[in-house]
Amino acid sequence: MKKPIVKLINVNKSYKKGNRIIPVLFNINLEIVEGEFIAFMGPSGSGKTTLLNLIAGLDIVDSGKVIVDEVDITNLGEGQLSRWRALNVGFIFQFYNLIPVLTAFENVELPLLLTGLSKLERREHVEMALNIVNLIERMDHFPYQLSGGEQQRVSIARAIVTDPTIIVADEPTGDLDKISANEILDLIERLNKEFNKTIIMVTHDPNAAKKARIIRRLEKGSLNGLYFETYP
Amino acid sequence: MAYILKLILRNAFRHPLRSFLTILSIIIAVLAFGLIQTFIKAWYQGVEASSPIRLITRNSISLIFPLPISYKEKIRQIEGVNIVSWGTWFGGIYKDEKNFFPSFAIDANSYLRLYPEYLISEEEKKEFLRDRKGFIAGKKLIERFGWRIGETIILKGKIYPGSWEFTLRGVYKGRDEYTDETQFFFHWDYLNEVLRNRGSSWTDHVGWYMVGITNPEKAPIVALLIDNTFKNSIAETLTETERAFQLSFIYLTENLLITIRIVSMIIILIIIVVVTNTMIMTYRERIPEYAVFKTLGYSGLKIGGLMVGESLFFTLSGCFVGIFLTYPISKIVGQMLEIYFPVFKVPFVIIPLNLLVSIVAGILATIIPIYQVVKMKISEALRNIG
Repeated sequence: MKKPIVKLINVNKSYKKGNRIIPVLFNINLEIVEGEFIAFMGPSGSGKTTLLNLIAGLDIVDSGKVIVDEVDITNLGEGQLSRWRALNVGFIFQFYNLIPVLTAFENVELPLLLTGLSKLERREHVEMALNIVNLIERMDHFPYQLSGGEQQRVSIARAIVTDPTIIVADEPTGDLDKISANEILDLIERLNKEFNKTIIMVTHDPNAAKKARIIRRLEKGSLNGLYFETYP
Repeated sequence: MAYILKLILRNAFRHPLRSFLTILSIIIAVLAFGLIQTFIKAWYQGVEASSPIRLITRNSISLIFPLPISYKEKIRQIEGVNIVSWGTWFGGIYKDEKNFFPSFAIDANSYLRLYPEYLISEEEKKEFLRDRKGFIAGKKLIERFGWRIGETIILKGKIYPGSWEFTLRGVYKGRDEYTDETQFFFHWDYLNEVLRNRGSSWTDHVGWYMVGITNPEKAPIVALLIDNTFKNSIAETLTETERAFQLSFIYLTENLLITIRIVSMIIILIIIVVVTNTMIMTYRERIPEYAVFKTLGYSGLKIGGLMVGESLFFTLSGCFVGIFLTYPISKIVGQMLEIYFPVFKVPFVIIPLNLLVSIVAGILATIIPIYQVVKMKISEALRNIG
């Protein structure tokens, strides 16, 4: 039996807007096992991205616990959380979020600068990641010289280059045409199947969600009972 | 490290026009700061060139009242006095009003012994001492008018009316670059002789005495002894060190100097404001990127390091170019102001001072943006992307 890699226990989260407190997530309990590919769906404002941010250590809970690979990240200070993210989480964003003044190679190298690897070791890791996303020939190109799909592939290479415990993807195909979106989804699926990466994805797109093994729906801040397994 | 430097440089040139204008502002500020410091230094030049072994004795009422030549023997007899020389401000004009320069009637022999910073060849010195109508002038003055040794020139006297004929017998050079090379010296005996012939009341009078002393530590005592000697006489004296004498002229313009110093401080503030403005604009534009850096595990302080690097790139680039330009520009300004400031040299201190100001300004300019990055909530910053 696979061990749970992510555990959320009674998680609550709200935001403050002026004097108003806007509740976002209510009493979330969740377990994601190692090597899983899970997609969260739900309408806008349902709390999908907030949930993803809490799992990835980008935001902190109001109450409850978030445990990733046996580390209770709700107990970590800001500096510890930064270091933890650098080693354990790979991020794929909707708008790629590449640094425009860095080449594809340098963008992928960025998270490795925090790891203490030598220049040669970094180069090996970056080239491997760019090979996986099939962009090694374009490693010296700047983001503006790449298509949207290519930029997202660079972003995926950056997410996997540190060999993180989990990969979180927030609407990874939201800014892409259908063909590019399919390419990216195939790539994410490959990471899960071939490299056994745990993938947690948030999406609006049912086609994207279909690639996940499990789909959970969020509505008004709660995980409802709907639970799909898309393939055995 | 190479990666970080590359990132800083590429970031710095993301908006070439803005970067250029920021650096240009700093260049102008550094240049203005350098020129002001040079100006202040030039103002104090006389003070700095003064010697601790020289005293100036003048009429206690005012410098414009003369002292009898007979005082020289009494001063010479005072204990601690080594050399006594004297001079009178002549205030001559060469051909035209605009051709003004400092001209003095001096006792050449004692004066040249008392002021060894004026270097003149033995041969020219002999010629000068031999010729009652001879004069010597500084190298810069000679070059300004193209005079040649042996050439006779005529000065129009403003204080002592008439046309005065002199023959150039020598050119003095300054011992160092801070010595005034724009002065004109001729024999007091010549002036006195003409005044005697004219029956002037200024006959046998001098403008001031320059007194060489043996021990600078005893300057206050010697000064007191000189003044006591002439107490209750027809022309009481005021003796002070050469430095104090020069400073008394500067005190007359103290308010102006204070204003200039304030302007110089304002320039430093301008540098800080310009760079702070650029760094705040930069921060606002790059909020999503900084959020990505933080997402990937970079701490606020590490990102702050990038900001400081970029800010220092602006301030130090401007500083280096500004310093580099200060020298040729101050030379041009110095030539334009040569009449008023014979020595207009950029003080070395502006280099470390400008570097220090640039580094401090570069760091201060990033305090607000770094604070904002440290306080930035990643989830909120990422929400603004798209």
